[in-house]
This record gives sequence, structure tokens and C-alpha cells, in this order.
Amino acid sequence: MAKAFNWLLPHPLLTLLLVMVWLLLQNSFSGGMFVFGVILSVIIPKFTAVWWPDRPMGIRLGRMLLYSLLVIWDIIIANFEVAWIVLTRPNSKLRPAWVVVPLDLVKPEAITVLAGTITLTPGTLSADLSDEGHSLLVHALHTDDPSAVSYDIKNRYERRLKEIFL
Amino acid sequence: MILENIAVYALVLFLLIGSLFSLVGVIGLLKFNDPMTRLHAPTKVGTVGVGAFLVASMINSATFGDGWSMQELLIMIFLFVTAPISANFIAKVHMHSQVGKTPPPPIKDDIWSTLAVPKSDPPEE
Repeated sequence: MAKAFNWLLPHPLLTLLLVMVWLLLQNSFSGGMFVFGVILSVIIPKFTAVWWPDRPMGIRLGRMLLYSLLVIWDIIIANFEVAWIVLTRPNSKLRPAWVVVPLDLVKPEAITVLAGTITLTPGTLSADLSDEGHSLLVHALHTDDPSAVSYDIKNRYERRLKEIFL
Repeated sequence: MILENIAVYALVLFLLIGSLFSLVGVIGLLKFNDPMTRLHAPTKVGTVGVGAFLVASMINSATFGDGWSMQELLIMIFLFVTAPISANFIAKVHMHSQVGKTPPPPIKDDIWSTLAVPKSDPPEE
């Protein structure tokens, strides 16, 4: 049974995502479209499975949802901060800085989400990963204390991501 | 009727927020004087500015259109997925151009991956 399930749905989460994207694209819910979406979402992962050799590991969806809410809140708050910096702070008083964040995460998916989060939360921007993938280069728009930025990223986002990606 | 009035005010509010943040993004892009800080401004507009416009679009179609429209959510998701990647590429180009402050070396490894040239592929003289 489990084997048949694995054969039919090599990437269950991808299937779920494709169904949702399909329904959102249709912009109206109807039974026929739902069935068609399910058929497509089963076929596409099945036929592209050759190019996805690794099965993605499990993620905790509930915690992922909470994490998304936290990030959206942070984006809104931090946008106001950056707008304030842009409008009031002259260039001569701006203190941009490179910050190096040592990473504890090893899963590439988790690092991708962390880098995306850092770029989306205004004021910081992820620039590059070290060649072995153990440090992240972050550019901060304005900071007096680069180590505090690094601590914030590790404590606020990385700690949660470690619990999401098993 | 009252509901429609509230919707109009909400619409105006979100359009105003969106245009304000877009304006701030453009000001930031023009004002800052180094490519890395300039990069900060447009990546920010992409989130709250466009997000507010999309919320306004959803309110509009819910009250004056054909009911709730969910495609805006999809736009927002794709925007959130793609915006960091383009910013990342611009940042890497900046690291190669070596203008301004050079980034510090990584703590745990030897070199940043975009600057690491494999031995089989020597840099052109």
C-alpha cells in the first residue's frame, strides 16, 4: 500500500501545492476543475520525478504556517523602519555593513527559506553562501552593531526553521 | 450601502499605502550612493508596496466585481519567491565588481561561493 502510494505520488507536497495553485489560477471553484487539477497534479510530479532524485524531507506544516505569519508581520514592521531610514537619514550618517552569519542549518531547502526570509525582511539582504555552505553573507542597510543583526537572524528565524525542517 | 462606503475608504487607504511605499522605494533608489544600499530599496517596495496594491485589488473585486478573487494571493506568493532571487543575483554581481567595501571572509569556510573559481576553470587573464 505504502509502495503504491510512493509510486503514484513521489512528491505528495508538490501535488498538494499544484492542486492549490491550479484552483487559485481558476479563480472559481467547480468540481470538474478540481478533478482536472488533481489529475494534472498527479501526472506532473510523476513525470518529472526523474529530475528530482531526492525525496524532500518532511516539514511541519503547522509550524511553517506560524513562521509565515511571523515573517509577514516582520516584513510590515521592518518596512516602516526602512522607509523611515530612507526619508530621514542622510547618506553620510548611514552605516551599511556586511554581516557574516554562521549557519547551523544543513538542509538546502532550509537555507533557501532562511536566505529568502532575510532578503524579504527589510534592512537585511542575503548576498551569498560560502563554498561549503556553512556561512551566509548578509548585507545590512543600517546597523550600529553587526553582531546584533547576526544574533537576531539566528535567534528569530534560524531557530524556528530548525524545528520546521526535520 | 454602508458596507460599500467602508470598502471604498479601505480601497483608497490601501492604494495610498501602496503608492507611498513605492515612492519611498524610488526615493531610496535615487538617494543612496552605493549599489548594495540601493538594492535595499526596490526589494522593499516589492513586498509591502505591491502587497497593498494587491489587497486593494481584492477589496475592489469583492465589492464591485464578481466576488472574491484569489489570484492576487498567487501573485503575492510568486513575488515573495522570486524577489529574493533577483536581489541575490544583483548582490553577487556587486561582489564581483569589487566596488565599495569588500565583504569579510566567511567564518566557517574559506571563501564565498560566487568568488570561488574551480581549479579546472582558471580566470581569464
